[in-house]
Amino acid sequence: MKITKELILHIAELSHLKLKEDEIEKFQIELNQILEYVDNLNEIDTSSIEPLSHPLPIVNVFREDRVEKSITREEALKNAPEATDEFFKVPKVI
Amino acid sequence: MRFEAVIGLEIHAQLLTESKLFCGCSTKFGNPPNTNICPVCMGHPGVLPILNKKAVEFTIRMGLATSCTINKYSIFARKNYFYPDLPKGYQISQYELPLCSNGYLEIEHQNQRKKIRINRIHLEEDAGKSIHDQGNFTLLDFNRCGVPLIEIVTAPDIQTPEEAGIFLSEIRQIVKYLGICDGNMEEGSLRCDANVSIREAGSNILGTKTEVKNMNSIKNVVDALKYEIERQIEIVSSGGRIIQQTLLWNADKQIIEPMRTKEESHDYRYFPEPDLPIVEVNEEWLNVIRENLPELPSIRKERMKSQYNIPDYDIEILTTEKEFADYFEETAKFTDDYKSISNWFMTEILKILNEQKISIKEFPIKPEYLGELIKLINNQTISGKIAKEVFNEMLVEPGSPSEIIKEKNLIQISDEKIIEEIVQKVIESNQKQVQQYLEGKDKVFAHFVGQVMRETKGKANPSLVNKILKEKLDNLRK
Repeated sequence: MKITKELILHIAELSHLKLKEDEIEKFQIELNQILEYVDNLNEIDTSSIEPLSHPLPIVNVFREDRVEKSITREEALKNAPEATDEFFKVPKVI
Repeated sequence: MRFEAVIGLEIHAQLLTESKLFCGCSTKFGNPPNTNICPVCMGHPGVLPILNKKAVEFTIRMGLATSCTINKYSIFARKNYFYPDLPKGYQISQYELPLCSNGYLEIEHQNQRKKIRINRIHLEEDAGKSIHDQGNFTLLDFNRCGVPLIEIVTAPDIQTPEEAGIFLSEIRQIVKYLGICDGNMEEGSLRCDANVSIREAGSNILGTKTEVKNMNSIKNVVDALKYEIERQIEIVSSGGRIIQQTLLWNADKQIIEPMRTKEESHDYRYFPEPDLPIVEVNEEWLNVIRENLPELPSIRKERMKSQYNIPDYDIEILTTEKEFADYFEETAKFTDDYKSISNWFMTEILKILNEQKISIKEFPIKPEYLGELIKLINNQTISGKIAKEVFNEMLVEPGSPSEIIKEKNLIQISDEKIIEEIVQKVIESNQKQVQQYLEGKDKVFAHFVGQVMRETKGKANPSLVNKILKEKLDNLRK
């Protein structure tokens, strides 16, 4: 896979990042290098191996359905850049 | 050109767990904003989700109820998108390897049975609630964030709005019977989105689809789909093209409008959720869930038919809601006159539920008392007419029918001597009508009955009154 300028812009948009022109070029080079490096793995034939979603052989870690004490609203809203007494406040969405 | 519609549904059902999907916060609806939240559901750095076992079991219940394959291995995935109601920046959902896949549900429409395939049922977390139009701001309430939902995705097997409505009511009935969702569409615990396209009747090619949202009742789903199908037919018939877009049903105006959104590229970049290990549903666990599966509507219907020996029609009505069937069966513990329970339910109780717009859970008369009331009629303590009076009394005054009868002195007069005396009195003071009766006007008989009832404030045993009156009057005719 080749990282194009369009792809960098698409990723930037999805990440809500504004990139400068020289950064676009820089990331394009760097990301391509990373992918090339990882590409080495493709030399190994994995056609007969099941895809692995998790590296650890652990299954079924559950909690019981019990309500536990959570934090207060004051604590929850404390770190928000903007809030009312009750709500988190963000710039107008639509 | 004749057209046909192709409809697929995505149904979200909020699971009736006490706590959220990945943390111990309460799922209670209607709590003050931002009071059921914690670092996990707010997506603070460094926190780890832990899966709610009950939510997994509830999802499997639904899978079993709709003949799905319960996948032995199942994984969660991150669905990435940026929206303020999703504080983590991704929703934990399932993509590859959902808990349940390849099921179906059979529906009946116009006396024909039809299989609607279910592609998958997966488990995911809900997002928070945005409150728009607050000046230059949007306000956020994260109470709903992380509440467990199942998403049921059908194949595009539905062809008419009516079929969609029937399918959705069946799903609603099943989730309620399974006890996994309250099925309340107005409050949003059950939500339905539809993918709709049209094509030339009989064609195999799928047209461009639109997605219709915001249909918060079964009636809305039927109305919105009718509207959307007509809209698409009109466009195509006049040479236009359907644009793939998300539409909202406006129930007040009965129209469909495009959803207000920012133009953004959708690219969910699903990948396996590294923080949640694989779920393995082994035979042993599956058997436990299967054995504890609550009775499904179709099975309950059959059982009730054979157990209570009442007409099929009654059974259909009594099982439309799980709570109806529960009320009936609870009452049946107190009297074995099942047909009477059913009659009271279908006439009086349903009427009151409709008039007062309440659910059977809010209905004031306990099953025990209805059972007692029926017994009191059957052992002739009170007449049917008085029973109605007692019933109305119980609606406003909690208390057993026996108490009310005693308190209001409503016990039926079944003493023949007392009734004879009253009948005699009525005959003596209504000589004009006696004359008419003797002349052959049988109709005045009702007048006498009415008079006796008036004298006894309706408490006289009606069949005894009839019997004694007839004897006395016919004696006069001789």
